[in-house]
Amino acid sequence: MENITNQEYKKIYQKASPRSPLLKDMLLAFLVGGAICTLGQGLKNYFISRGLDDKAVSSCLSITLVFFGVLLTDLNIYPKIAKFAGAGTIVPITGFANSIAAPAVEYKTEGLVLGTCVKMFTIAGPVLACGLTASVVYGLIYYIMG
Amino acid sequence: MKKIGNTYCFEDPPRVLSYASVVGKKEGEGPLSRDFDYISDDNTFGEQSWEKAESRMTSMALERVLAKGSLTAAQLGCILGGDLLNQCISTTFALRPSNVPFFGLYGACSTMAEGLLLAACLVDGAFEPTACAITSSHFCSAERQYRYPLEYGGQRPQTAQWTATASGAVILQKGGKGVKVTRATPGRIADPGVTAQANMGAAMALSAYQTLSRFFQDTKTCPTDYDLIVTGDLGRVGHQIVIDLFQRDNVDIKPVYDDCGLMLYHGDQDVHAGGSGCGCSAAVLCSYLLKALEQKVLKKALFCGTGALLSPTSANQGQSIPGICHLVCLEADN
Repeated sequence: MENITNQEYKKIYQKASPRSPLLKDMLLAFLVGGAICTLGQGLKNYFISRGLDDKAVSSCLSITLVFFGVLLTDLNIYPKIAKFAGAGTIVPITGFANSIAAPAVEYKTEGLVLGTCVKMFTIAGPVLACGLTASVVYGLIYYIMG
Repeated sequence: MKKIGNTYCFEDPPRVLSYASVVGKKEGEGPLSRDFDYISDDNTFGEQSWEKAESRMTSMALERVLAKGSLTAAQLGCILGGDLLNQCISTTFALRPSNVPFFGLYGACSTMAEGLLLAACLVDGAFEPTACAITSSHFCSAERQYRYPLEYGGQRPQTAQWTATASGAVILQKGGKGVKVTRATPGRIADPGVTAQANMGAAMALSAYQTLSRFFQDTKTCPTDYDLIVTGDLGRVGHQIVIDLFQRDNVDIKPVYDDCGLMLYHGDQDVHAGGSGCGCSAAVLCSYLLKALEQKVLKKALFCGTGALLSPTSANQGQSIPGICHLVCLEADN
């Protein structure tokens, strides 16, 4: 048995480790992510045609997409699409809905409070924390400068 | 029992009295489907949570191994077991009603080999007439503990492995007939500095190579002296690394070498680099491997359980993943 340094070992395991098919992954992410955005645009056109103003259109659009994200998560369809789509399903708002709905469903076995409520933001928590912090910083800058 | 170097040699080798495996649907669709004792179509095993499902699977494995050995729980000397869940609740909760002396083990995916090694020591040392090694893993309970909720939409890298939904149990006895446990080499922790949680094969392969090398050195044997050498769940990546590491020593292990993570599933079952989890090597041992030794298709085999000793906390703190590999030498009855 010969001694091996971590550097030598790294070379061996990197050679043995297959890489993700980046081109295929990016193409699928583009197609599925694009399809979700096209659906969003279709919904937006529909809401405009129903006479909603700009503010109401963006609210209705977010609510509808989040609703479908949560519904497809509960029906266990969203992770099946995400398996192929990758970033295509993570980046749109439906992915955000999935990241909250998934732990909410998963941890219901530990009860409504200690399970669902506690674990609900396990994945989305950092996004929310960063988003809120950024909005506070932006608000302060706006207040001082504006 | 005597010790040569790092290796325990059992002079009156403990025998396998019985073995049993209980697996989930996906594992039941794999190449070893005919060798399992029970395949469940329902991965909940009729329970309300994944943890309870895993526990149920462990109880079913124990029931079957006792029945196959014509033993009652009261006749069993002791049980050695563990699993992947925090505080090993799958095993302990499954054994609650058994009232058998119990040793809880944590060796991650090497638990079956560790249990078998210690059971052999207890039986060989005449402390117990019989000893049972048992373990399990469940894809769903492991996913929610180590990674993401099942419903979360994400993509796995090609090096990731699939935690097997499976439980295996073996009972060893003193004397009698059956497959013999002739030697065993306890593993040492090896940490080659791998931090990628999705590449456990790479984290564990070094320990497999080191334990196997120590065993060959102690016993003055080489890979071709064995009909089959199986590592426990290194998957495609770790399997290749072990071959490459032996190649550096000018030893060709490839012709007799396989891995439980590759044996449990077909290539098209979407398990990426292969199977993993305590149940993976346990299910392969308690189905194909012991059956082949029992039927003398194989005469001599090395069962090397490998475990990645990380936790979600250690991984989040950026620590590298230590690996361990325990080796057990199994031989067909003369």
